[in-house]
Amino acid sequence: MNRGLAIRTVVAIGIGAAVYVILGRFAAIPTPVPNTSIHTTFAFLALMSVIFGPLAGGLIGLIGHALLDAISYGSIWWSWVVISGFVGLFIGYGAKKFNIDIESGVFGKKEIISFNLIQIVVQLVGWGLLAPTLDILIYVEPNLKVFVQGITAAASNIVTVGVIGTLLLVAYAKTRSQSDSLTKE
Amino acid sequence: MAVEMLSYIEKNSPVHRLSGATKLIVFLLWSSAAMLTYDTRVLLFLFVISITIFWLSKVALRDVAFVLIFILIFLLLNNIAIYLFSPQEGVSIYGTSHVLFEIAGRYNVTLEQLFYQFNITLKYFVVIPAALLFIVTTHPSEFAASLNRIGVSYKIAYAVSLALRYIPDIQRDFRTISQAQQARGIDLSRNEKFFTRIKNAISIILPLILSSLDRIEVISNAMELRGFGKKKKRTWYSAKPFRRSDYITIFVSVIIFILSVIITFYDGSRFYNPFL
Repeated sequence: MNRGLAIRTVVAIGIGAAVYVILGRFAAIPTPVPNTSIHTTFAFLALMSVIFGPLAGGLIGLIGHALLDAISYGSIWWSWVVISGFVGLFIGYGAKKFNIDIESGVFGKKEIISFNLIQIVVQLVGWGLLAPTLDILIYVEPNLKVFVQGITAAASNIVTVGVIGTLLLVAYAKTRSQSDSLTKE
Repeated sequence: MAVEMLSYIEKNSPVHRLSGATKLIVFLLWSSAAMLTYDTRVLLFLFVISITIFWLSKVALRDVAFVLIFILIFLLLNNIAIYLFSPQEGVSIYGTSHVLFEIAGRYNVTLEQLFYQFNITLKYFVVIPAALLFIVTTHPSEFAASLNRIGVSYKIAYAVSLALRYIPDIQRDFRTISQAQQARGIDLSRNEKFFTRIKNAISIILPLILSSLDRIEVISNAMELRGFGKKKKRTWYSAKPFRRSDYITIFVSVIIFILSVIITFYDGSRFYNPFL
């Protein structure tokens, strides 16, 4: 392969962003706080970040969220788009750091724990801290309101990724052939 | 699944004839200007221009009405939330308090709060026509070409174009899978309990994700066979060359952007204060 993005990564970003849009549009369960719902799409984002790495994860979040906003609301809520990219990027980065190699078909207790640690930290920082801060900087909305929104989003997304994301990863790992599945006789 | 999505609307108007790159640049400048400023005079000026351009584009209001209704509901909820969380935000920004009437405790209605929320709403009304127009007047395949032209790497531009190309296909997959699962008795509606609903959602998104991962393999093999990524540059079938109207449009919008930034930050505050 030559320099730059691998073809598989380019395609993963494209298809990933499309799936992100569809899940965000049709598979979201609303909560009472405006602008915030249980987004199954973030579980998918976490899965893609772990499989295809930080760069793909970040760009799927960025492109997917921007397209989703544009197609469904006709305007883009930039502060949250950026955070989607941030979450995708750092979940992928963390998974790499903690040596989670999903392609080898191994996703046991140890991997589940480290994956959840990563996603909790990343999403807490992203939705709970950075998103409200950007909202204040860009849109000058009241502090209390954006932080309540941010914390609600962080909590619901952490639960979503923790439950649905983990289940997806376990299911995906089962479809891979395990690297240590052969034994010498 | 009757949920509508915004998509390209074919018309012959000055806005449609502009190249996609021009519209992208104008859209980015426009939303940055609206994002930065809280100056009511600037916002009103931008709003009038937005509406004029929308009228020029010949896009019928009813084609985008479903999105507009959605946005209006969102704006209403957002405004209510802002008021509930922070009824004195306007007072602390503008520094004066003209009370119209009291409700209870710290909840009173002041001119400042009304003006502040009017500004927030106006910000959306400035961006919405521009964003809507950008989406409905730019052909999806031209969009990738324009991203590439304003300096985004063509691989990423191509990824965006892939996403736009496959959204309808994946939507069809989603519908097929969800109908198949519903035929097996899996309920996604609000009749089901919250946690069962989440569990049922997984039984739809897992097949969707696995089939999409297969799709990724097929498409990347096809692209590999056609030598994608071999060269540093690539040409786009649907790229439109720049014409005089493109240069004029970009020039005018850069001027508007600079002017609105200057007016906004001239007196050291992003807000225009009529109460002083």
